[in-house]
Amino acid sequence: MSAEDPQVDQSRRDLIEEFRRKRIGRHSPDLRLLLNRMRMSEGKRPYILICTKPHREWCLGRKSGARGSEIEVMPEVIFHSPEEAEWEIFKRRWQELTGETLT
Amino acid sequence: MRTGLPRKRIAGYASRMSVRPGDRIDFMVSCEDVSDYAAEIVRLISGDHHPDGMGFVEEPVQTDIAAKHKGRFQQLYAGSFAVIDDIEAFRPVTDFTLQAMIWPTAPGKGRQTLMGRRLSANKTGFALVLDEAGALAVEIGDGKAIRTISTDTPLREREWAFVAATFNASNGTLKLYQEPVDSFNRSLAPNRREARVDGMKPATGRMPFMIAAAGASFGNGRLVADCHFNGKIDSPIAVAAELDRQAMESLRRPDCPLPTAILAAWDFAQAIPTDRIIDRSPFARHGRLINLPARAMKGHNWTGEILDWKQAPEQYGAIHFHDDDLYDAGWDVDVSLIVPGSLRSGVYAAKLTAGDEVEYIPFVVRPGRDQKKAGAVFLMPTASYMAYANERTGLEGGARIHAFTNHLVGLGPGDIWLNEHPEVGNSLYCHHSDGSGVCYSSRLRPILNFRPGITSAWIGAAGTAPWQFNADLALIGWLEARGIPYDVITDEDLHEEGFPLLDGYNAVLTGSHPEYYSKAMYEALVSYLGRGGRLMYLGGNGFYWRIAYHPILPGVIELRRAEDGIRDWVAEGGEYFHSFTGEYGGMWSRMGRPIHALVGVGMAAQGFDVSSYYRRMPGSRDPRASFIFDGVEDEVIGDFGTVGGGAAGLELDRYDRSQGSPAHALVLASSESHSDTYFPPPDEINNATAMMDGRQNANIRADLVFFETQGGGAVFSTGSISWIGSLSHNKCDNNVSRITENVLRRFLESERFVVP
Repeated sequence: MSAEDPQVDQSRRDLIEEFRRKRIGRHSPDLRLLLNRMRMSEGKRPYILICTKPHREWCLGRKSGARGSEIEVMPEVIFHSPEEAEWEIFKRRWQELTGETLT
Repeated sequence: MRTGLPRKRIAGYASRMSVRPGDRIDFMVSCEDVSDYAAEIVRLISGDHHPDGMGFVEEPVQTDIAAKHKGRFQQLYAGSFAVIDDIEAFRPVTDFTLQAMIWPTAPGKGRQTLMGRRLSANKTGFALVLDEAGALAVEIGDGKAIRTISTDTPLREREWAFVAATFNASNGTLKLYQEPVDSFNRSLAPNRREARVDGMKPATGRMPFMIAAAGASFGNGRLVADCHFNGKIDSPIAVAAELDRQAMESLRRPDCPLPTAILAAWDFAQAIPTDRIIDRSPFARHGRLINLPARAMKGHNWTGEILDWKQAPEQYGAIHFHDDDLYDAGWDVDVSLIVPGSLRSGVYAAKLTAGDEVEYIPFVVRPGRDQKKAGAVFLMPTASYMAYANERTGLEGGARIHAFTNHLVGLGPGDIWLNEHPEVGNSLYCHHSDGSGVCYSSRLRPILNFRPGITSAWIGAAGTAPWQFNADLALIGWLEARGIPYDVITDEDLHEEGFPLLDGYNAVLTGSHPEYYSKAMYEALVSYLGRGGRLMYLGGNGFYWRIAYHPILPGVIELRRAEDGIRDWVAEGGEYFHSFTGEYGGMWSRMGRPIHALVGVGMAAQGFDVSSYYRRMPGSRDPRASFIFDGVEDEVIGDFGTVGGGAAGLELDRYDRSQGSPAHALVLASSESHSDTYFPPPDEINNATAMMDGRQNANIRADLVFFETQGGGAVFSTGSISWIGSLSHNKCDNNVSRITENVLRRFLESERFVVP
C-alpha cells in the first residue's frame, strides 16, 4: 500500500482515537479492518517485541517469519506496557502508509 | 547472536518426565559460555511473574546430587536418515546400480544424498545424490579424487521420479537415469547421462551405507550425518552390477525376483511402526532409522483407492525424510538423581544456575507404589506439552501473527534460543523446513516452553500469557495456597497404566489445555468416571486430538492432523492413519468419543488477545448446584485474572446437546463479550458467514457445566483455558477460587452423586 492507498482513510480520526483509547481487545469493525490492513502491510519484517523484564519492559525489534532469521533489536525503543508498544507501532505504520506523524 | 538480546546459555532435558521415589532420572545439559554451574532440585509451586500473580515460588529440596558441575557444550544433530550397519556388505564395491523412486520436497536446497557411502571427507565411496541445483547426480571417489556427473536438470518438487545410477568398472562408465513418473501429464522428459571415468574405482572408508544422508564424522562414537535429503524415498535398491533399464524396471515390482548380484532391496512397507528398515534380499541387510523420519507415507504407487496403510502396505512404501527431524538428542548425562523416598508427589525441577543464568528442567514425582494416595490428583497434560514442544508461532508467524492475535509478539530468552537453535526440533504445530507437517514430537531434547516462569511469545498481549506447563503451575500454587493435599501424575503414566492409575482418587484435576489424548488415556478417564470418579476439567479445547505414543520407543508421540479442526498443518489425504499404531488419526469427536459426552462441553472458539468473564445462568440456582455456589453471590464470575484479565479466555468450550452434552447437565454460567478476534474452529463452521466473530456470535462462549454420572461420580467443566489463571487473584479470595474449591471439596467426599 502507498500513502495514497484508499484503504487507509486519513479522514477517519475517530478510528485513531478509538485505538488510542483501547489498544488491545474488542474493536469496531472499521477499526478492525484498518488494523488488519496496517498489520499485513509490513511485509516480510514485521515489528516484534523483545521482553527485557517479564511483564514490565520490552524493547522493539523486527523479525521475518523465516526460521532462524535474524532478530533486529532496537534497544533504544523501550516500552513499559503492551499498550504503549501497540500505540507506537500504530503510529509508525500510520506514518509509513499516510506520511502523517501522529502524536 | 546479536548483542542486545537476552541470552539463554544453559539448556537441558531429562530422561523422563515422571518418576517415583527410588527411580533414577538423568539430566542432560548443554552450556554456551558457562564454565561451571550449580545444580539443585527444587519443588515448583508457582511460575507466575504477572504483577497480580502469585510470583515465582520454589522450595529447595535436599538431595544427594552433586552441587557443582562443569559446563560443556553438547551438539544437537537434526536430520533423519537410515544406516545399514553391515559395512562389509558394501565393500569392496566395483560395479553397482543404485535405484529408487523419490519425491523430493526441497530440490535445490544444497547437496542431498539419496543413498550411498560417504565421499567428501576422504574422497572415497559412491553415492546417488541431488546436486546443488536439485538435479540427479552420481559421485564416486577412489581416495584421490571425486568424480561427479549430473543430469543438470533439476527434479520437480513433490513429483515422483524414478532415479538410478550405474557404474561399470571394466569400461569406466557412469550412467544416470532420471525419469519423472507422473500421472497428471506434468512430467519432464526422461533424462539420461553417461560419462567415462577411466581407471577409477570407488574406494570405501569407514562410513556405512546410508539412505537420505551422508556420513560426516564419528563424533564421540556417534555417527554424524550431513547432506540430508528432504522428501520421500521408496524402494531403494543396491546391486553390485550394472543393470540395464529393463532389469531396473522389473525390480520396481515388490514381488519380483532379485538379481544374483543384489546387495540389498529395502522395502519400507515392512515394519512401518518401527525404526527399522527391512531388506527383502536373502542377505537381510536391514537398517536403522535415525531421528524418526515419517512413515506410513503414500508411495509412488498409491492408487488413491485405499486410505489405510494397513490395508495396502505395499502402497505405503515411502519414508519421508527431513533435514530437521530430531527424536533423541542423545546427549551425555550431566546430573543424575535417585529420587529420595522423602519427596512427596509434586512438580519438581533440576535447577541449574550460573550467575544470573538459570535453567529449570521440570519433572513430576508421582506417589510411590506403597504410598497412600492423596484424595486429589493433578493429571499433568504432558502429551499436550509434547505437542507444543518448541512451538514457534511467535518466531515464524510473520506479519500475519499481529492480525491473528490482535497484539504484538513478545520474545523471551527461550524464544531467542529457539530461533538460534532450529536443530532442537519441532512441535506438532510446526512445518518441517520443506513445508511438510510435523507429525512426531519427542521429549528427549530440550523443550524451551516446558519451563516455569515463562510465557508464550504470542499468546496474551505482548506474549504475556503462560501456556501449558507454566499455566498449569498456577493450579499447583493454588492447591498449595488452599492447603489441599494432592498428587501429580502425567499423561504418559496414564497411557501406560490406564485406569488403575486413577483408581482410588476421589477427584482428578486436568490442566488448562489437555488437548491431546491417546486412546488408552481417553478410555482410562471413561472407566474412571464409570466407576464413580470425579473429574474437574479446568481448561479449554481438551480431549480434541487423538495421538499415539510409540509402543516401543520412549517419549515420542504421533499426530495426524486429519479431517478437520484447527490445523496449523494439514495431513495429506491417504495419510490419516498413525504409523506408530495404525490407528486412525484426527479428532476424537469423529471417532465415537464426543468431547461433549465426556466432559459436557466441547471446543467452541479461540482468540488470543483478552479474556472475558462468565455470567451466572439459571442452572446455578438449581439445588443440585448449591454446593458449587456456596458463598458466591456474584452474578459475574471471573472478571479478573492473570491470563488476559478474565477467567474465560484463549480457547473456549460450550455446552451443546446436539454434539452429545448430557441432557441433565447444568449450565451454571456462560461467558460473554468476547473480542472480535475470537472465532469458532473450522469444525464449527460448515458455511462461513459475516457473523462468526466474538462480537456477533452467541456460540462463542465458555459454559461452566456440572453433571452427575451413573456411577455416583460427577464432572465439573470450566470450558476455558484461562480459568486457572484467575484462581490466585486477590490472594485466592475470589469467586473463581471459591467455586473451584467448593467443587473440589465436595468431589473429595465419598458421598455419591445421583443422576436426577
